[in-house]
Amino acid sequence: MTGIFILEQALNGLQFGLMLFLLAAGLTLVFGIMDMINLAHGSLYMVGAYLVAAATTASGSFWIGLAAGVAGAALFGVLLELTVLRRLYTRDHLSQVLGTFAILLMCNEAVRFIWGSQPVLLSPPDSLSGPVELLSGFYYPAYRLLIIGVGLLVALGLWLLITRTRIGMQLRAGASNREMALAMGVPVRALFTALFGLGAALCAVAGGLLGPLLAVQVGMGESILILAFVVIVIGGIGSVRGALLGALLVGVVDTAGRALIPLLFGAVLGPAAADNAGPAVASILIYVLMAAVLFFKPRGLFPAHG
Amino acid sequence: MAEPDVSQRSLLDHALGWRWALPLFALLLALPLITPLIGGDFYLGLAARILIFALAATSLNLILGFGGLVSFGHAAFVGVGAYTAGVLLQSGVTSAWVLWPAAMLVSALFAALIGAISLRTRGVYFIMITLAFAQMLYYLALSTKAYGGDDGLSLAARGTLGGGLELANERTFYWTTLALVTLALLFVWRLLNARFGHALQAMRENEARMEAVGFAVYGHRLAAFVIAGALAGLAGALLASLGGFVSPSMMQWGQSGLLMVMVILGGVGHLWGGVIGAVVFLLLEEVLSHYTIYWQFALGAALLAVVLAAPNGLMSLFKRKEQP
Repeated sequence: MTGIFILEQALNGLQFGLMLFLLAAGLTLVFGIMDMINLAHGSLYMVGAYLVAAATTASGSFWIGLAAGVAGAALFGVLLELTVLRRLYTRDHLSQVLGTFAILLMCNEAVRFIWGSQPVLLSPPDSLSGPVELLSGFYYPAYRLLIIGVGLLVALGLWLLITRTRIGMQLRAGASNREMALAMGVPVRALFTALFGLGAALCAVAGGLLGPLLAVQVGMGESILILAFVVIVIGGIGSVRGALLGALLVGVVDTAGRALIPLLFGAVLGPAAADNAGPAVASILIYVLMAAVLFFKPRGLFPAHG
Repeated sequence: MAEPDVSQRSLLDHALGWRWALPLFALLLALPLITPLIGGDFYLGLAARILIFALAATSLNLILGFGGLVSFGHAAFVGVGAYTAGVLLQSGVTSAWVLWPAAMLVSALFAALIGAISLRTRGVYFIMITLAFAQMLYYLALSTKAYGGDDGLSLAARGTLGGGLELANERTFYWTTLALVTLALLFVWRLLNARFGHALQAMRENEARMEAVGFAVYGHRLAAFVIAGALAGLAGALLASLGGFVSPSMMQWGQSGLLMVMVILGGVGHLWGGVIGAVVFLLLEEVLSHYTIYWQFALGAALLAVVLAAPNGLMSLFKRKEQP
């Protein structure tokens, strides 16, 4: 019983961590290479989820909806970069915070204008709605397994892109020393635009996949944005490997904390204390984790800058 | 040739601008006599709220603008001040002479603790670690069921000043707020033009050099962090009295972000930056929400226009004369 419980929580943690990674990967590259703080990254996740939901309703198929939503979000990211964000690269961090905060407000309001303030329902495909028997007596929702599978595939694809292709080489060069990469003739403007589109697409994948599990609603981007920032600081800004490790660490610690700490408190301090303090302590856990990592490794687990 | 004004020769000096500060103060002083003509207590409450946020934003500007320390957890100190006042009021302490100093003291203590650890890091990591501590306090407030948990804490009273003055009276509360915010602003002005303020700003410009000529960089920054925390605590206590309500959402990271946006909007490192930012932001919010329910879009567009048109905030539109 307890073994199965722990296995289930571990899978949940893995699933959440992989989705966090999809968000953090784009964020860490934008931050590491362009030296740009993008508060609107969570908005791309929200816009992606809404586009997937809308396309799913229109086409009747989750898969077509997912593909169309991701493509739409990538286009939105590219347009955003071309019109506004590219003007902010050379500005200081604080101007970027104000500018991208403005975009966040506008995205929220535009989404509310188009889809209303009620959460939009996004249901998983029927073929995946049931549970799967992984071990004898251990059932796990098929849809969550799919999320884990897609997350792993995307992580693998990203790894191949970054370590095995020319674009990936230029990205890594940009992340470790931007000026030098510029001097060596990396086509920076086009690369930045493409990177933004890629980041937006990854956000939309996460938003579309998590949509059936969490609510698709206005403001969904803000709560996960902070988690994504925690992930990239733990991993080391600009490092995709660090983002993956940080995301898995945060995902597992957060999920395990929520599942185990109330149990632990219940056993030690009684049920009242568990109800009161359990969820709060579990939420605090990832911030304690970040503070601890920064204490021992002030520049994250895998510092990207040379 | 006239003698150059000796008091204004350094870039580290910041003029208060008496010429327009005094008329503005006179106008604010007379506001309670004007508001009955245009719509009553509502505008007085709005004015008090703007003043309180001006104080909170100014306290953040002290460390963010003049100290160069981007703190992403400033709302935590506002919240701690608010909770201190709220808890004291709930347990029967009503004298404002106890409530306000207590709120400032507790916030200053938290700022000393958080600052002592956070100031060992730099740059983005300072941003994230201050955020982390603020989030911890936020979740702590969420979980303390004795003081309302996530429902927050409703306050039955605003507190008393003594001498027959009741803060429950809207005018009394407004004038008291105006007096406190004015005093705090004068204090920040004197502080910045004193040796301490000059040292703090010089450390923002060149930390290594200041360290080399023998200034205690860490000590100065920690002191500034604690002063900013105490002022934010006062703002929190006033905010709790104004709304009659304290809730964990006062400490959420969005609130810290909001204070930061106000400072950047007004002008980072301008004496009036926090005030201008708070006034413009809250007034825009108020006016726009009157005309359209989609006011956030217009607000976002306005902020974006400021970023693209006035790179260093609204105050940078008024060029300093003494600057070469």
